Amino acid sequence: MMYRELRSHIISLLNANTRLDGRNFTEYRNPIEVEQGIIKTAEGSARVKIGETEIIVGVKLEVGEPYPDTPDEGTIIVGAELLPMSNPEFELGPPGIQAIELARVVDRGIRESKALDFKKLCIAKGEKIWMVIIDICPINDAGNLFDASSLAALAALQDTKYPEFDGEKVDYKKKTDKKLKLEKTPIAVTVIKIGDKFIVDPDIEEEKVVDARLTVSSIEDGTLCAMQKGGDYPLTIAEIDQMIKIGIEKGKELRKIL
Amino acid sequence: MSKIIVSDKSIAVPGETLATGMDILPGAGTYREGEKIVANRLGLAMVDGRTIKLLPLAGRYIPKTGDTIICKVIDVSFSGWRLDTNSAYSAMMSMKDATSEFIQRGANLTQYYDLGDYVVCKIVNVTSQKLIDVSMKGPGLRKLKGGRTIEVDPNKVPRIIGKQGSMVTMIKDATRCSITVGQNGLVWILGDPMSELLAIEAIKKIEKESHLSGLTDKIKEFLEKSIKH
Repeated sequence: MMYRELRSHIISLLNANTRLDGRNFTEYRNPIEVEQGIIKTAEGSARVKIGETEIIVGVKLEVGEPYPDTPDEGTIIVGAELLPMSNPEFELGPPGIQAIELARVVDRGIRESKALDFKKLCIAKGEKIWMVIIDICPINDAGNLFDASSLAALAALQDTKYPEFDGEKVDYKKKTDKKLKLEKTPIAVTVIKIGDKFIVDPDIEEEKVVDARLTVSSIEDGTLCAMQKGGDYPLTIAEIDQMIKIGIEKGKELRKIL
Repeated sequence: MSKIIVSDKSIAVPGETLATGMDILPGAGTYREGEKIVANRLGLAMVDGRTIKLLPLAGRYIPKTGDTIICKVIDVSFSGWRLDTNSAYSAMMSMKDATSEFIQRGANLTQYYDLGDYVVCKIVNVTSQKLIDVSMKGPGLRKLKGGRTIEVDPNKVPRIIGKQGSMVTMIKDATRCSITVGQNGLVWILGDPMSELLAIEAIKKIEKESHLSGLTDKIKEFLEKSIKH
């Protein structure tokens, strides 16, 4: 265990009902800011700040061929690149486990909640579809990239407008007024377990000593749509139930910001 | 003829000629180029008799012999420990300098200092190649148990410590926290949760307002007000 001292300090704080920065267990850092339309060249973009964590997400729309098994459905592609500028522990090169997991958690939240109706992304059955490409780019990693990224991805999708398409070529210089329609708003909340306590929105120190984490994505009516478990320790069913409950509850709170 | 061009406490930029003449000496942050003394970095030029030095306004820590610093253990090797000094260079602590205890041949070195541990140590030597040797032998040099470490601007450390440690003593007394400030910009704090937060807030306030005069009174007022609440 690399961070034995830090871990025992954090646990003693948790037992005293507080955290490193004095927050409650289920309190997000302040302020949470969402800013849309920050990149002109992207079809949709957003910047999200949770405390000192800052994420930029850009959405591009491309015309491509559908997959053979779903000829009348568009698709989404989520990519994340963890820039060394955002955290000294990140390194350049092909995406590592962390970056892939981040992209997949965001992807799954949007895909499984059916936030985008893939059928509506179809232009010509079996020939042409819209591909929604979502790129996640952390500017500063001060903890909790999962929640910030999925919030930013959703905000960027909300902001997305179709470019002009004449059946042959896409003119990215001209945007139409037609917006990408979001059917649902899946919000991801990561609940982490340290010792026997559950907390949300970990900062960078708390992330170092996580026992287990569960990212819970839920939609407006509180329906669970995606989950991702991480960390080295197992979770019992009762614990998972409790984490889901916290996740859905905090999700409702976060949704008000959008 | 020697001539000092800059006035005391004025801002100098890298490459700026601060003075000319061989009887003026270049201090920290400056260098001599022929007759001229030229600034190395951005900072306040301080004229002290015949020497000119530059107080940097910002920047990373540069290791200096005799500094007491807080380091993190990043590697355990055959003959000692490698430490992260919060600067561009890592330091080496040999077994001989690590503890006054006898270390058996082939002993497990992690029982003394393990990866990720923080220690207070003193720089005994910095070579021109910036190889750093540190020692744990001396008063107040120890392994830090519990508590938390925060990072501040190394250039603001003198303000956080204050004259003869007045500032840091004031925070210690007001918050009843143990605080150790390393010259390299790492500060270790241990106390009960709420006072730790208050101590951090006070330190951040000093960092932010370090250029203002009457800082000690301001911090005193801030601490007194916060403790009442």
